[in-house]
Amino acid sequence: MNLLIRHGRVIDPANALDAGADVLILDGVVSQVGPGLPAPVGTPTVDAGGRVVAPGFLDIHVHLREPGYEYKETVATGTRAAAAGGFTGIACMANTNPANDTRAVTDLILARARVEGAVRVYPIGAVTRGLGGAELAELGELAEAGCVAYSDDGRPVMNSALLRRALEYAQAFGKPIVSHAEDAHLADGGVMHEGIVATELGLRGIPATAEEILVARDIALAELTGQRIHIAHVSTAAALRLLRDAKARGVPVTGEVTPHHLVLTDDALRTYDPNAKIAPPLRPKRDVEACREALADGTLDAIATDHAPHALADKEVELDQAANGIVGLETAIPLCLTHLVGERVLDLPTLIARLTVGPARVLDLPGGRLTPGAPGDVTILDLDREHRVDPGRFYSKGRNTPFGGWVCRGTAWMTVVGGRVVMANGIVTVP
Amino acid sequence: MGLKRKDLLEIRTLEPAEIQTILDTAASMKEIAGREIKKVPALRGKTVVNLFLEPSTRTRTSFEIAGKWLSADVVNVSGASSSVMKGETLLDTAKNLEAMSPDCVVIRHVASGAPHILARALRCSIINAGDGMHEHPTQALLDLLTIREKRGHLEGLSVAIVGDIAHSRVARSNIWGMRKMGMTVRVAGPPTLIPAGVEELGVKVSHRLEDAIRDVDVIMMLRLQQERMTANYIPSLREYARLYGLTLDKLRGARADVLIMHPGPVNRGVELAPEVADGPYSVILEQVANGVAVRMALLYLLLGGRSAEVAA
Repeated sequence: MNLLIRHGRVIDPANALDAGADVLILDGVVSQVGPGLPAPVGTPTVDAGGRVVAPGFLDIHVHLREPGYEYKETVATGTRAAAAGGFTGIACMANTNPANDTRAVTDLILARARVEGAVRVYPIGAVTRGLGGAELAELGELAEAGCVAYSDDGRPVMNSALLRRALEYAQAFGKPIVSHAEDAHLADGGVMHEGIVATELGLRGIPATAEEILVARDIALAELTGQRIHIAHVSTAAALRLLRDAKARGVPVTGEVTPHHLVLTDDALRTYDPNAKIAPPLRPKRDVEACREALADGTLDAIATDHAPHALADKEVELDQAANGIVGLETAIPLCLTHLVGERVLDLPTLIARLTVGPARVLDLPGGRLTPGAPGDVTILDLDREHRVDPGRFYSKGRNTPFGGWVCRGTAWMTVVGGRVVMANGIVTVP
Repeated sequence: MGLKRKDLLEIRTLEPAEIQTILDTAASMKEIAGREIKKVPALRGKTVVNLFLEPSTRTRTSFEIAGKWLSADVVNVSGASSSVMKGETLLDTAKNLEAMSPDCVVIRHVASGAPHILARALRCSIINAGDGMHEHPTQALLDLLTIREKRGHLEGLSVAIVGDIAHSRVARSNIWGMRKMGMTVRVAGPPTLIPAGVEELGVKVSHRLEDAIRDVDVIMMLRLQQERMTANYIPSLREYARLYGLTLDKLRGARADVLIMHPGPVNRGVELAPEVADGPYSVILEQVANGVAVRMALLYLLLGGRSAEVAA
């Protein structure tokens, strides 16, 4: 597919570019970036009209739910939600049913993505069989099948000896392990962050220490094995101190943060809203501030949504029993533009870096840059457009968001995958 | 005069003046208990559903008697502790009840926040009869009424609440209510059973019973759930009783006229020695009697009964 995007403000952090330019995509890959580019006759052309043209955004933490939980989400609906939200590539977690712990499951996900996917899909394989935390999955075959990383996300690998072996073994395939860092015993039975709000609401708390302890362990194991570990959804100031220190010492560790941990505090639980129940839980203001600071200074490499769609029946119950999770693909960009760039937590090029080159480096994904030869994936932002979050209009099957009704400034205007427009003006254009 | 709210979900969001109104109304209701014919027509034609999804005898009976003395039609629904275990969601249960047009649903539920789900979904009044570890507002109100009767006022009094504060809805409601009425509150218990950040509610924390009960006007002992032992909050009932049980011996360190309260049911020999529970300072049975009056007052104030009908 060929496409010429004209008259954009091209921001490509990987190439330190922020200038008025055109982007030419030929045969699905970036051909040239520069002002006033000529294009072969008949090349489809998009006039960006001064909007921000960026490398396609990557979300390295998504739950597509297929196979097994198609009532919550499918590859088709999840990738459409991604396209609508401005993401051109997503990495999907292994906690499907059956879990993505064998080639057959990876094959199925990739086949679905080829046939009915709207954006690129990068499966993450399981660390242990059935996410059971007991026996190593066949990491070699998973890598051959196309998995880009390994994770038992949702269920921390509590056995440190097993995680050590997984890290050592995974070195042969060069794939990192993504850790859901939450001590299962300290978190047991918890519904929200342990603190004054939980005390007032009479809800069982999860201490911040549950995250800190496992992050410390993960860093120690990364140091021992020399193998890369990526900490998913970091949410506490203490964990960020550990991460910052480890990076300074050259330990191969990276980290991501979700939009909701950057925008909401545990006060969001005050109405017993099940849509504010997530793991790790929403934290108090001081932790939110620490996450924002760490995202700005690079301690956190990526913003990832932890898009976790659930059916109404999984959420509309007593808070103790409600499923954990928030859908994120269709709210991430408006929230980040409004509350991070808008509140001067970070500048626009830094935000774009944390959504492109940052996540691409974490999982060694192609893309994340507009270098000639890179995938022809582009996200175009409209910074001035007012965007009201309306869960009823999501492409995702999940409506579980605490942001319904929020009004944001700025949103994704167009999503291009391999030179093909998959979303224009909020409307997904793939059949 | 009524309450300008649809529901009573928690003490936390009540104004002191509202608490005053409820207590004054409850005091006037007490007289009905002494009548030969214990019935006034104030809530004739109103329907109250007692939806008790967690076992309770005392509170349910108290609400039932309260409704009946006011001439409301009272229906009791009880069920498994979890709506999900029944296969029907709480919301479904609630909507089915709504279809029968009750004026008030009184709910007891094992999950914190369950009454809030009902209050959002239903048009009728919701009264929280205890939700998880969150609040038990009618218990706090009857405790306040009992203290006010015995001391004549609330402001300036001091209270020690002793036991499993972390898991207690009674403690939370009382802390809110007592602080709002100008009382001083200390909480005491093993550190494992003191919830995070509780000082921010304006209470002092102590880990020694003897320190907590010195010079206070009221000692409120909480029930210790047996399952706290298996989760390693405490090593044994024996040690708990030795350190945090109120005995005659430990009571010597308290004021001579101290009131001893307990929300019931009492674990005799654990948090309360029998001779203390039955002793002259104990107002435990007055608490139970006042429970009916407070619940009558709430039903009356929320369901819009007219005062002439009570006086009749």
